[in-house]
Amino acid sequence: MSEIKLEHLVKKYGDGFAAVNDVSLDIRDGEFMILVGPSGCGKSTLLRMVVGLEDITSGDLHINGERVNDKAPRDRNLAMVFQNYALYPHLSVYENIAFPLRLQRSRHPEPEIDEMVRRAAGLLELEEHLERKPANLSGGQRQRVAMGRALVRDADAFLFDEPLSNLDAKLRGQMRTEIARIQRRLGTTTIYVTHDQTEAMTLGDRVAVLRRGILQQCASPRELYEQPVNLFVAGFIGSPPMNFLPGRVEGDVLHLPIGDVPLPEAARAAATGHDLLIAGIRPELFEDASVLDRSRQAGGVLVDLDIDVTEWLGNELYAYVPYEPDPAVRAKLDELDRDLDGEGMRTQLVVSLDAQSRVRDGDRARLWFDPARMHLFDPESGVTLTRDEEVAARLDAENEDLRQGSLERARRAADRAVPA
Amino acid sequence: MDRQLSTRAKVGWALGGLAILVYALFPVAWIVSLSLKAPSDLSNQQFLPTRFSLENYREIFTGNASELFLSALRNSVGICLIATFISVVLAMFAAYAIARLEFPGKRLILSTALAVAIFPVISIVTPLFNLWRQIGLYDTWPGLIIPYLSLTLPISIWTLSAFFREIPWEMEQAAQVDGATNWQAFRKVIVPLAAPGVFTTAIISFFIAWNDFVYGISLTSTERARPVPAALAFFTGSSQFELPTGAISAAAVIVTIPVVVLILLFQRRIVAGLTNGAVKG
Repeated sequence: MSEIKLEHLVKKYGDGFAAVNDVSLDIRDGEFMILVGPSGCGKSTLLRMVVGLEDITSGDLHINGERVNDKAPRDRNLAMVFQNYALYPHLSVYENIAFPLRLQRSRHPEPEIDEMVRRAAGLLELEEHLERKPANLSGGQRQRVAMGRALVRDADAFLFDEPLSNLDAKLRGQMRTEIARIQRRLGTTTIYVTHDQTEAMTLGDRVAVLRRGILQQCASPRELYEQPVNLFVAGFIGSPPMNFLPGRVEGDVLHLPIGDVPLPEAARAAATGHDLLIAGIRPELFEDASVLDRSRQAGGVLVDLDIDVTEWLGNELYAYVPYEPDPAVRAKLDELDRDLDGEGMRTQLVVSLDAQSRVRDGDRARLWFDPARMHLFDPESGVTLTRDEEVAARLDAENEDLRQGSLERARRAADRAVPA
Repeated sequence: MDRQLSTRAKVGWALGGLAILVYALFPVAWIVSLSLKAPSDLSNQQFLPTRFSLENYREIFTGNASELFLSALRNSVGICLIATFISVVLAMFAAYAIARLEFPGKRLILSTALAVAIFPVISIVTPLFNLWRQIGLYDTWPGLIIPYLSLTLPISIWTLSAFFREIPWEMEQAAQVDGATNWQAFRKVIVPLAAPGVFTTAIISFFIAWNDFVYGISLTSTERARPVPAALAFFTGSSQFELPTGAISAAAVIVTIPVVVLILLFQRRIVAGLTNGAVKG
């Protein structure tokens, strides 16, 4: 049982650069919290502040209600998995896992250490490698040893610093599910740093999105996806990313580079007072009109577009449509692109179509989308104008219920496994 | 790169290697041969002894020279081991601090160490001689150990700090998160990882101390503290018309043995690459 509370945490370096700026987070007991953002956003620094490897410039860090700002890492009882694993090369797998236990020798007698190491090794399927040295293990095995060392001891929370970034794509997928399974089974509070939004979305109970040291939004994956608070979050979450199109408002019509769209009911109030908006449309909102059900066409609009390039992936088809952005929002979109580690490439619309679609490079295609699901952003501040707080709150509550439910189930299962 | 060497290149390399071996080992072979010659053979202008005799070895171990040589051997081994041990331990702490901590005067320490290393020994021998006599260190073990530290410490600090720098920071941070104190992290993680470096440093230090002649001859006067290199200069022939060449050669062969043994023993330990697999490979 442990809660971690971050209150206005700031990390300033000697040159005055604030790597982490006024971040407040409330991580609940048993929760899987993700810190995500592009490189240099301060997510790793924040994690290292929690574990105690970086000093906290200002703000308070509470673990289970106790202020731990000035405690050494070893007194915080947290376990961490490092990005490069940091296994001890001179020790066998067994001794690597036993290392944290041996440091508290007084607390654990030898037979108990042996039992705990074997239990952790069993959980991670490392039994047959216990006598080997880290140098003789594959990347995935090393990763599991690092996890074994973290979960062997009864730590208050697990901290992961980009644990999967050194693995190849297939293994990364497997380990991701493995981490999720273990966390659910143990029900231990976890903070997980990643730059990969897929990991963030799939693993997290809640996800905190950071940008340049500032917390943008902390919410459930679903809320981040459906109700992002600003341009940055909207652009960061989702793959392929959301399309941002400059739009001019004229009465009830929004002029987009891809065509004119009627402003949906809900967006009208939000659009008042703005001539120029940024419209955000997710690639999967588009459909190829020629393969779409007639019945669904009614609610949306049809646009004719020149397809530049297509990519067929088997389960879906990506099509790219270049366009000239409005110079008035160009600067804003370029800045966003830089923040998202973009390459400043041409502005283009990405659409994700049904794999049945026969659209090919160079075609003029008729695409369909529903403007009601479009997001509108203020081009100056980047704030989402169409965000519905009520829906967001409901999503949040739903997510918390689901989380409590699965945590409860995991604990009951654990109780059953170990009869009292 | 699996480029095969042509036969000609192989022969060329073999010949080159042979030339270097002969050049390096010829004096050693000569001394070995000299040490095995009987006194009458010493100046017969032949490379090989006409008859093998262990007379010279008998001379230094049980004969006239034994008193001089055996005590010197004892002094040398004792003084060099103690000096090496102290220097490696001190250098380990110093190098760790230099590699890991930020503190004012770090550069100063490193450059001072270098300056001490290149300072000519001969220029401080006379003042040391006077000082040591005044404070009673003359002709004692500590009287040699202290100056030897000044020779071995700089190079130990430099080599060890290079080794410590190679050890990833994460190792130590991981240990701290696992619940280790700074001292435990140092002892259980850093020192074992730096072991090859520590051995290399120890061997270098030992040789430097072992081979010293200037301090050995100037700061000692009796067999209380005189090391082997200095003692060799005090060998005398069995009569005043005889040069002690044979005995000196035998003693030289004997003092080379620990060096060779050390190298053979620790060669396998001086293998870098122990950190392989520590971080992602």
